[in-house]
Amino acid sequence: MTRSSARRLAAALALSAAAVTLTACGSGGDSDGSGSSGGDQVTLVTHDSFNVSPEVLEKFTEQTGYRVQVLRAGDAGVMVNQAVLSKNNPQGDVLFGIDNTLLSRALDEGVFTPYEAAGLDTVPETYQLDAGEHRVTPVDSGDICVNYDRAYFAEHDLAPPQDLDDLIDPAYRDLLVVQNAATSSPGLGFLLGTVAAYGDDGWQEYWQALRDNGVEVVDGWEQAYNERFSGAGGGAGDRPLVVSYASSPPAEVIYGEGELPEEGPTGVSSGTCFRQIEFAGLLAGAGNPEGGQALLDFLIGLDFQEDLPLQMFVNPVRPDAELPQEFVTYGETIETPLTMEPQRIAEHREDWVSTWTSLVIR
Amino acid sequence: MRLALLAVPLVFFALFFAYPVAAIIGRGLRDGGAWQLGPAAEVLSDPGIRKVLWFTLWQAAASTALTLALALPGAYVFARLDFPGKRLLHAAVTVPFVLPTVVAGAAFLALLGRGGLLEDLWGIRLDTTVWAILLAHVFFNYAVVVRTVGGLWAQLDPRQEEAARVLGANPAAAWRRVTLPALAPAVASAALMVFLFTFTSFGVVQILGGPRYATLEVEIYRQTAQLLDLPTAAVLTLLQFAAVGALLLLHARTVRRAETSLRLVDAGSAAHRPRGAAQWSLLAGVLLSIALLLLLPLAVLVERSLSGPDGYGFAYYRALTNTDSGTFVVAPWEAIGHSLAYGAVATLIALTVGGLAAAALTRRAGRFTRGFDALLMLPLGTSAVTVGFGFLIALDEPPLDLRSSWILVPLAQALVGVPFVVRVLLPVLRAVDDRLREAAAVLGASPLRVWREVDLPLVRRAALVAAGFAFAVSLGEFGATVFIARADTPTLPVAVARLLGRAGELNYGQAMALSTILMLVCAATLLVLERLRPGRTGEL
Repeated sequence: MTRSSARRLAAALALSAAAVTLTACGSGGDSDGSGSSGGDQVTLVTHDSFNVSPEVLEKFTEQTGYRVQVLRAGDAGVMVNQAVLSKNNPQGDVLFGIDNTLLSRALDEGVFTPYEAAGLDTVPETYQLDAGEHRVTPVDSGDICVNYDRAYFAEHDLAPPQDLDDLIDPAYRDLLVVQNAATSSPGLGFLLGTVAAYGDDGWQEYWQALRDNGVEVVDGWEQAYNERFSGAGGGAGDRPLVVSYASSPPAEVIYGEGELPEEGPTGVSSGTCFRQIEFAGLLAGAGNPEGGQALLDFLIGLDFQEDLPLQMFVNPVRPDAELPQEFVTYGETIETPLTMEPQRIAEHREDWVSTWTSLVIR
Repeated sequence: MRLALLAVPLVFFALFFAYPVAAIIGRGLRDGGAWQLGPAAEVLSDPGIRKVLWFTLWQAAASTALTLALALPGAYVFARLDFPGKRLLHAAVTVPFVLPTVVAGAAFLALLGRGGLLEDLWGIRLDTTVWAILLAHVFFNYAVVVRTVGGLWAQLDPRQEEAARVLGANPAAAWRRVTLPALAPAVASAALMVFLFTFTSFGVVQILGGPRYATLEVEIYRQTAQLLDLPTAAVLTLLQFAAVGALLLLHARTVRRAETSLRLVDAGSAAHRPRGAAQWSLLAGVLLSIALLLLLPLAVLVERSLSGPDGYGFAYYRALTNTDSGTFVVAPWEAIGHSLAYGAVATLIALTVGGLAAAALTRRAGRFTRGFDALLMLPLGTSAVTVGFGFLIALDEPPLDLRSSWILVPLAQALVGVPFVVRVLLPVLRAVDDRLREAAAVLGASPLRVWREVDLPLVRRAALVAAGFAFAVSLGEFGATVFIARADTPTLPVAVARLLGRAGELNYGQAMALSTILMLVCAATLLVLERLRPGRTGEL
């Protein structure tokens, strides 16, 4: 017994020594992987929600010869802050997933190297927030909207709310759950939407009214949607209104059970939507800039653009990208979303969030 | 000799803890090569921050007291009583400790929240109250007390207490004079760990407390990850260091004073069937509290993972093998393999580093080693985001360019595992009668041989417990893992979080199924370790 334990421990020691040796070996190259040369590899730094079909990535490799390594770096905010901290000595070549609420921080810090991606001319100008300098390339857009549980409103013979004004109507008292604007990106998006709609003077009054009308605040999207929202398939909440995305209804159907229904179980209040645009950029100091440029071209190429909707539940920025049928049937196109300049967001975000915190939470 | 043993842990901590943390603090507080102290005064006089500090302190104290009150009887029951299903239950109560908080939070909300079981039965809702936080802290930390205190208790020779009884002491006095002093270091150690975990609580407070409550750790995360206000984050990190450091030094003193050479017997040999009404009712009470506080939330997870719209079934489990569901480039079940591999490497690192450190600290200690003892615990009191961002800016150049290396994950996990290894091994190692070692040395044994023949047989079980802890902590680790850039190999908790982050019943169901698997893997690991423990060979 004694001897076998000693052997086990010796084996353990040997193995961890091997692990340390491996570390030392792996530290030579810029990126890990199978240990081949870095020349044919391009590293994409992105957030945890990133997804792509494997066959689409394979297509990129066929076309360009580069293999994509994906590094997920936490949520979008953490990812951007990591990029700021590792400026000029970045973790990869391309960063994807920075949105208009965080864009200015990264641009001000000089995280990106300008590059005009091939095919950018097909992308509408409304998405091109850095058109003059091309430090970032728009890739997709999504709308943060109030979602509603169709069954609840049918049962109570009540029309679902259409816009922000409706939400402070006593008819919708105690029905809405939102996210903490300080800790959640849909929460922040919804707050920015109200600022965009009611202006610097009006938004605080609006939130006072929302609070009086029984709005509930939870910390993250997961809790709001899975635990509090009554329309979520798996959840058991009792709030029929939740801040989520315009694309949540198609996701609800596609990840629901059984046959595709005629109409999704949830709907979107189209007058409550704040538009998020996601960008990609070539990281300053990238080890493989050529590969990074090829990857940027690919991100706004049709293969990737048409793969986006069912992978990340966002809209492609290219108007000529064909949308999947489920996405069209159950989704909603928001014609006039609320928007805001990245620069204005950067200047006021912290003030707004702290004012909001003392107004709504404390 | 001691220095040689200490070299590996010292280098490990210098490279993977001190250096990265110093780098991130320096980034916050150094400006043009000079330290800036202005932010410190500013941060400390902020009433919002003071409120955070006060809440952090009192909720940790309350959580620790509640956990001890509920778990000490449990430690006794597991150490001294025999009952059917004991090993299974012992493994089960450890599972919550390693569950990612996002999963446990969902289970707790289903119990305590609106429309939860409590409300159905008695109309009580506890979410967004301090009670939810305190109960969840008991849920998570019950095992810390049962394993550290119960582990030692099981090895205490009951004949000492019996001897006191024979000499005329009543049961209470015998317990107070004999057993309690022997247990005190382990109780202090467990209380310290619980206090540390609750003082630095992050997920529990965020999920169950709602946005109103924030601990120091939550505030550090907010300032670092969300606002990138590094000066404020640095001040708060240093403050947390100071608090945790002070606690650890205090603890080191108490433990040293209370430590004696204990007479240890083989674990389990002192356990017996419950005798008398008192023991039976104690057993019943402990089982009931475990059922309500620990097993019920876990059962909720299992129930949710099995309940589809068409009744109970394994649909969500089958979906886990599916790559075309779109949530992952790889099928979700592959996360199980990643988690096991990372956990194994992290356990090896933690056992090596922690084992060497514990061996070094066993030698009669000077002030230097006592300080190091405390230092080894510091990672537990350090915010994951601080370590993660520190790795990013410190370990980015050759020869240590680990920015995208897979080893970062097990390294970060080991950092959290080492303190467990040390804390579990040290009391047992120190309790070994030094005369045994001296005798062996006098008889001509080399130091290595002394260790092998004297120490090793005594610490085998402790080492297995330590390995189990390190492995289980690695399996459930989420905070640091999620901050560290890694290749496309999600661990189980990361996969669960990603599934929960998307709309749709199937994603939610898969998240619950994956959580259940994580739970079962942990329980199985712990159960195997219980089986592996040495038989009753009567070495002493």
